[in-house]
Amino acid sequence: MKKTINKPVLAVGPLHPLQEEMEFFQLTLDGEVVTDIDVRISYNHRGIEAISETLQFDQVPYLVSRICGICSASHPLAYVNAVEEIAGITPPDRARYVRTIIAELERIHSHLLWVGLGGHFIGYDTVFMWAWKYREPVLDLLEKITGNRNNYGNVKIGGCREDIPDELVPEILKDLDEVEKKTDMLTKAVLDDPVIHARLKGVGILTKEDGIKYAVTGPTARGSGIAIDVRRDDPYAAYGELDWNVITQPEGDVFAKAVVRLLETTEAVKIIREALNKLPGGPIAVEVRDIPPGEGVGHAEAPRGETFHYVRSDGGNRPVRHKARAPSYVNVPSCKATCIGEHIADVTLTLASVDPCYSCTERLAVVDSRGEVTHDYRRLLELSREKTDRIRSDLGGVKPLKECNIG
Amino acid sequence: MNCEELFDKISGIEDRFTALERPLPNRIYMTCEAENVYELNRFLFEDLGLRFVIASGCDPGGYFEVIYHYAYDPEGCLVNLRVLVRNRENPVLDSIAPLLPAASWIEREINDLLGIDFRNHPDMRRLILADDWPEGVYPLRKDTKVAGGGVEK
Repeated sequence: MKKTINKPVLAVGPLHPLQEEMEFFQLTLDGEVVTDIDVRISYNHRGIEAISETLQFDQVPYLVSRICGICSASHPLAYVNAVEEIAGITPPDRARYVRTIIAELERIHSHLLWVGLGGHFIGYDTVFMWAWKYREPVLDLLEKITGNRNNYGNVKIGGCREDIPDELVPEILKDLDEVEKKTDMLTKAVLDDPVIHARLKGVGILTKEDGIKYAVTGPTARGSGIAIDVRRDDPYAAYGELDWNVITQPEGDVFAKAVVRLLETTEAVKIIREALNKLPGGPIAVEVRDIPPGEGVGHAEAPRGETFHYVRSDGGNRPVRHKARAPSYVNVPSCKATCIGEHIADVTLTLASVDPCYSCTERLAVVDSRGEVTHDYRRLLELSREKTDRIRSDLGGVKPLKECNIG
Repeated sequence: MNCEELFDKISGIEDRFTALERPLPNRIYMTCEAENVYELNRFLFEDLGLRFVIASGCDPGGYFEVIYHYAYDPEGCLVNLRVLVRNRENPVLDSIAPLLPAASWIEREINDLLGIDFRNHPDMRRLILADDWPEGVYPLRKDTKVAGGGVEK
């Protein structure tokens, strides 16, 4: 960074403290207020789309489930939706229900993961510990059904790989009751906590207009009052036959996105419960022979928003073109609209509020205009937590987090 | 507006397309030439109020295609605008990023991977490729050879 820059520049990344993959945010500051932001991605480009062209149609779901360990049900679902559209395949009823159940289990564990990280970031490590503890049984259920806690690889063209054994149903229902109770508790704790209100409300607002311009999806859109959800709008799997609600909040701030995710977790429990009670009998897959020439588009609602796949076939056994778009690809650029004008202590939280998802590790540094590191990740985390402390003491002399010995 | 009315509105400017298909009730595919790219994207985004999903750059051989995918969420309809870029030596399209910031990243990505230049893009830097990637080597072009872990043209 040899260029002359008049204003101090804050570099966040290439590894973001709250998320899994490398990304680089360069913030330009005026005092402590952000005046510009630039994002760099693709430190870990894996060439999935190019690899896909070298694999056979039935191998690709296992490849795309590895785009993201957390969304490893959504990507294969969007892909098979596209391929089944080309070939005119209708999966059996039971497979559609199993797909729905796996996708919603994924949503529960992904949203709880985010709630935990969000709590950690504002200094509520108890929330972090609790949310991750309640998430564990969900991962165990996924392992019992598919054999894997992540990267389930359970969706295949024409159906599912593994069935949900009937004797597992009572256990899933029991675990769901527990997850629902704990999520309710977490939701109430967030909604009732004046500190969390003061810390998250009005922070990082994405207006509805900006949301449309940046074409955001998922909780990021629904937190800004844009009522879109692929599960309802273009029903796939069994969503069209189940009774559930699309959660929206009008405010567009970090608090609204947190509320959307918490309430969606409860909705997901409802969806799974109903799907289990209605679970039809019969086979879980149909035989698939050839994929005819043609093109198809498929999308699915991942925990972070719409996952979209475009597949083209020339009648051979491999896709000739396969485009995959993860929801963060459109959600992350909206930081141009949310971070500018924000205080530096709020930026990391605002960036994290879209639940960005790329790949894995964490580091964060602040450099000044001469390229010297002035803040590291630890310092920025402190800044964020100090702000929570200020709010806590303003709200009635509550002990600072540091002295509570939970930091 | 339901899917029928949406299709009628798109059919209303049929002369701008070289092909218009509706293989399923809620899937629409149109094909147009490169010079219409900005105007037709503006039509889909502003006049019809569709949500931009993504664009897919393809190299079917001989020419390039960029397919702009849009969603009409109230009806769960996906609208796909295929733009043909016939000049393989000097592939250029008008950027839609000034109109639609959501398209900024994907145009940079297509520029990296297929070498299509997007005219009037506000910020045309590399997105996907590393800084030390050789100039003029486009990994998704079918005539780019990959050998021994390295890329040769």
